[in-house]
Amino acid sequence: MGLLEAVNRKATEMRVPLSAHLDITWRCNERCVHCYLDHDLKGEMSTEEIKDVLRQLAENGTFFLAISGGEPLLRRDCFEILEYARSLRFNVKLKTNAVMIGAKEAARLKQLGIEQVQISIYSNRPEIHDAITKLPGSLRRTLDAIRHLKANGVKVSITNVLMRSNVTDARDVKQLAKELGVSFVVDPTITPKLNGDRSILDLGISDKELFDLFHDEEFVDNVGEYCAPTGSIDDDVLDGYSCSAGHTLCYVSPFGDVYPCVQFPMPCGNVRTQSFGEIWRESQALKSLRAVQVRDLPTCSSCSHVPYCSRCPGLAYMEGDMRGPSSSDCAKSAARTGSEIGAPIPALLSSPLIQIRLQ
Amino acid sequence: MTPADKYLAKSSDIAARVLGDETIIMSSIDSTLFSLNATATVIWQAADGKTPLARIIKNVCEEFDVAPERAWKDAEELIEKLVEHGILLVSDHPIQQ
Repeated sequence: MGLLEAVNRKATEMRVPLSAHLDITWRCNERCVHCYLDHDLKGEMSTEEIKDVLRQLAENGTFFLAISGGEPLLRRDCFEILEYARSLRFNVKLKTNAVMIGAKEAARLKQLGIEQVQISIYSNRPEIHDAITKLPGSLRRTLDAIRHLKANGVKVSITNVLMRSNVTDARDVKQLAKELGVSFVVDPTITPKLNGDRSILDLGISDKELFDLFHDEEFVDNVGEYCAPTGSIDDDVLDGYSCSAGHTLCYVSPFGDVYPCVQFPMPCGNVRTQSFGEIWRESQALKSLRAVQVRDLPTCSSCSHVPYCSRCPGLAYMEGDMRGPSSSDCAKSAARTGSEIGAPIPALLSSPLIQIRLQ
Repeated sequence: MTPADKYLAKSSDIAARVLGDETIIMSSIDSTLFSLNATATVIWQAADGKTPLARIIKNVCEEFDVAPERAWKDAEELIEKLVEHGILLVSDHPIQQ
């Protein structure tokens, strides 16, 4: 077991929110066609309220902190918040579109010891990227920012969210990341709007495109291993949990709302009326989430994909039931393995198909 | 400089958190993750730039009932490793932070 896995296991056992995602604003200077946020909501936490949340997260054991938005740099106090977070010794990742990062800001991020800056690039072609962000010139500005960050020694990761309009550019974006000397992540997931509107899911790539992506050595290191159904359905699988949301991961909105994850808008409490620790320990919503093991999932526990499916309980929640399937993860699992979703578990899969007995 | 004259301080280029009886530390220079056990955590927490190493070791010996020779050996190995990764600063004078 690696050290990070051991730390995660210990945090799970101790019920420590090891990772937190804090959106400091939902305002944004881009209007990405696939964005799930409402940019016009009022009532963001003040600087002091956010610092208080950071203090509480540190006291409760949070180590990995993602500061995001909206566009976090739209807040005039963004650097003050980052500096305060680093003074509390968080490992900080900043998620930004970077259009407001020039040489001065890049140097400041380096000085603060920000672990990584995560930036979305949708295409290497301005006409495609800018059509998605709806901000003319945004690709050029974002690429300029990446060069400033690299020049200052800040680690950068490019995320390429795939949609029908940009899927054909994925290889070129990967090549661009290589030329810039930054890491590259491809993400085929479109999240429904947090207000329940699912219309933006139509922007997502088709099942055929998903299949092609998962079977392309350009994006997957070992296609044979990645796409092969692995593992049998045993008690380890059935006693497990879908993901870390609510176990070692939490999300705090700019308005103080606490959710298990940014992609899991189940209200658990608000830090303006309760302490974070009280919410984390006492929220009935979190307790009910933590009680759900794989064996409790009425549909998924009897699906043959359950040992290797990346089912997201937050996306399932947005479909109406956190214990139900998440259709986008069903599609991913089917695309990876090429086998039908929902097939009942063959009896033999509960035990090894071939047993070798040594005398 | 004798070991007793050393002063330790935490680097500002790190992330750190206590998790139960251990401390997890990540260097922002090379993203190496460390886990310090309970004894090492006492040394880490005392690394304030002002407390002499000799006093820190004395506290460790008392708290964990360890022989001074063993405590010094383990501490110096730990310090060497943390200094190598830029996590800990060592000086023969108190360190201002």
